[in-house]
Amino acid sequence: MSTRTLRASLTALLAVAGLTLAACGNSNDALNSGGGDSGGPLIVGGANFSESNILAEIYAGALNAAGIDATTKENIGSRETYLPALKDGSIDLFPEYTGVLRDYFAAKSGDTVSATDSVGVFNELKQVAPSYVRVLPFSAAEDKDSVTVTQATADKYSLKSIADLAPVASKLTLGGPPEWKTRQTGLAGLKKLYGVDFGKFTVTDAGGPITLNALLDGRIDAGNLFTTNPQIPAKHLVALEDPKSLFAAQNVVPLVRQDAYSAQLQETLNKVSKALTTEDLVNLVKRVDVDKEDPKDVADSWLQDNNLS
Amino acid sequence: MNEVLAWLTDGANWQGPDGIPVRTYEHLLYTFIALAAASLIAIPLGLWVGHTGRGRFLAVNLTGGLRAIPSLGLLFAAVMVLGGVVHGDAGIFVPAELVLTILAVPPILAGAYAGVEEVDAAARDAARGMGMTGTEVLWQVEVPCALPLISSGLRSAALQVVATATIAASVSLGGLGRFLIDGLGQLDYPQMAGGAVLVALLALIVDLSGAALQRVVVSPGLTGKTGPSFRFRPRRAPVRAT
Amino acid sequence: MQWILDHLDDIGYYAVQHAWLAGLPLILGLLIAIPLGWVARLNRGFYTPVVVGTGLLYTIPSLALFILMPLFVGTQILDPFNVVIAMTIYTVALLTRTVADGLAAVPESVVASASAMGLGRFRRLMTVELPLAVPVIAAGMRVAAVSNVSIVSVAALIGVPQLGSLFTDGFYRDFLDPIVAGIIACVLLALAFDIVIVLFARWLTPWRAA
Repeated sequence: MSTRTLRASLTALLAVAGLTLAACGNSNDALNSGGGDSGGPLIVGGANFSESNILAEIYAGALNAAGIDATTKENIGSRETYLPALKDGSIDLFPEYTGVLRDYFAAKSGDTVSATDSVGVFNELKQVAPSYVRVLPFSAAEDKDSVTVTQATADKYSLKSIADLAPVASKLTLGGPPEWKTRQTGLAGLKKLYGVDFGKFTVTDAGGPITLNALLDGRIDAGNLFTTNPQIPAKHLVALEDPKSLFAAQNVVPLVRQDAYSAQLQETLNKVSKALTTEDLVNLVKRVDVDKEDPKDVADSWLQDNNLS
Repeated sequence: MNEVLAWLTDGANWQGPDGIPVRTYEHLLYTFIALAAASLIAIPLGLWVGHTGRGRFLAVNLTGGLRAIPSLGLLFAAVMVLGGVVHGDAGIFVPAELVLTILAVPPILAGAYAGVEEVDAAARDAARGMGMTGTEVLWQVEVPCALPLISSGLRSAALQVVATATIAASVSLGGLGRFLIDGLGQLDYPQMAGGAVLVALLALIVDLSGAALQRVVVSPGLTGKTGPSFRFRPRRAPVRAT
Repeated sequence: MQWILDHLDDIGYYAVQHAWLAGLPLILGLLIAIPLGWVARLNRGFYTPVVVGTGLLYTIPSLALFILMPLFVGTQILDPFNVVIAMTIYTVALLTRTVADGLAAVPESVVASASAMGLGRFRRLMTVELPLAVPVIAAGMRVAAVSNVSIVSVAALIGVPQLGSLFTDGFYRDFLDPIVAGIIACVLLALAFDIVIVLFARWLTPWRAA
């Protein structure tokens, strides 16, 4: 091979590398700065469960229909993962839940919170939320964490509410996401509020397939499932009642980066929040998880049904 | 950095079912089972292919193809498909081990058939000339000569399995990957980094053990480090190719 | 099957993302591994530290490297660039030894003749040693390419969109179709890389006509 060929190929490689770096550098800027800043599309994030992704698509769809350019980034992970992304501008908007979000911020800031009703929780949330985000008006639609057991387990130990677990929990295994090890709305809260101390905690996932299958399989005796999960009625599972409101009000609420906020954004999302109901959530999640439809298609059809597209 | 060291030296992290010793033991267990199972499949197969020369085309392509399968995807698929069939804790363990075994097969298979193929034809000839049967040639000449490549394949497979067993924590398996996945869920950087350091250390120890084993098992005659030509070797030895 | 046909555009998008997340590091890694491999051969004492040292990088679990990258490099958390840097590190770990061994495989007599002809070290490297080392390096690149394609899919666990996202999507929804689609796409992508590298190596070495 001539010197020229080798030089040419090395130069070509360098050029390809350089161009790709430049290209992705540009695209990253566009994605990272988000809607508020330099005109790139607003990025709506979704966590690692279907409902969050559906809500992200609904928000993005409504915003696009209202003339605000928006795209989605789904399956990002748990709150501990995506909140820093919200902070550094990788994402601009997130569909959240009032109760757990309030507790998360309160734990970070050291504030004490006590409300369990929707309005009270929301007000406290606004107080504890850090300055880089803004909490928009909440929706009536609600989806709570739960401690769920099989019908058989409920019958065996006469379980109706979480409090009933206190005498028997030491013999039982709880399954949930890794975050439950440290969150107040997790193992710590169960112990503090109900005196429920499980014998074993197995990390499964956040109300997802691993938790569900582990519950059905007997790997775990109780698991963290979300109250809108269509499998709870389908598989005759029992979501234990929460009389002391460990899992306080969990209304769907848009969380937006301060820099990405605009009045039009709030107006558009308000319409969505007003139209959304808990029943809607159950149906939407069923269509995605059970009927295997796409979150985006399901979101689009909901927007159409509610005249928001 | 300091936080990571603090996490690693924190006594609480070394106790209990969630502690470092238990997780390390689990990780080694998963690795060992997968390597054993893969060897049971791949070594006889590779020896046969190398010795008879048949099925080589299939072996080469199978090795290449299996290597290209993404471990995460295979893991999820296996858990989903087999989780319904096998119940309880085994519902996660069996699919995960299956995937780890499948991933370990290519390097071991390649090592086995390449090792046997590359045996010096002269050695084979001499064995035949001495009256050895095919099987005797295989076991007394070809396998010992192929040992360096076979064990190199095993080491490569071990590294693969240790790395993939880490990801298996995402389907709620145990092992050192738990620190990574749990740390991720809680954004606990010291835990994640600590877990990463531990896995890297484990991989290193496994690899070095493999190297030591290789030195013990491989016949000195193969290393070129004995014999008259070795004693009068040139001062500046050429750079090792392995 | 129907799902795959309906979602070809999504799969295509993920495949393109995956291709540059796996491919760019191959090029960057090679460009870094060449000087490193050369240094490894400079002096007998350098080989082990350089080759083994870079090889050690491969033992770092991929998920950990993706997550910890923002801490080291200061990129944003969801930036796919974290993946590119991590993959480049893995590629360098694999290729440094390959480059060193490839250069070692060049016959001493050829190197000696080149020097005798008056070629300086750098020219000798560029015009004689590297071209002759291409077959070995290309073989190493093929292994690195397959390895990269598989490892990049792990980044789905932190939400970086690529073919691995099909795995997490399918798993969270208890839906096998996206997972199967993702596996097939990854295998095809690895095959594509393989073919490109083989063809490129063949173009660079016209004397190996067979």
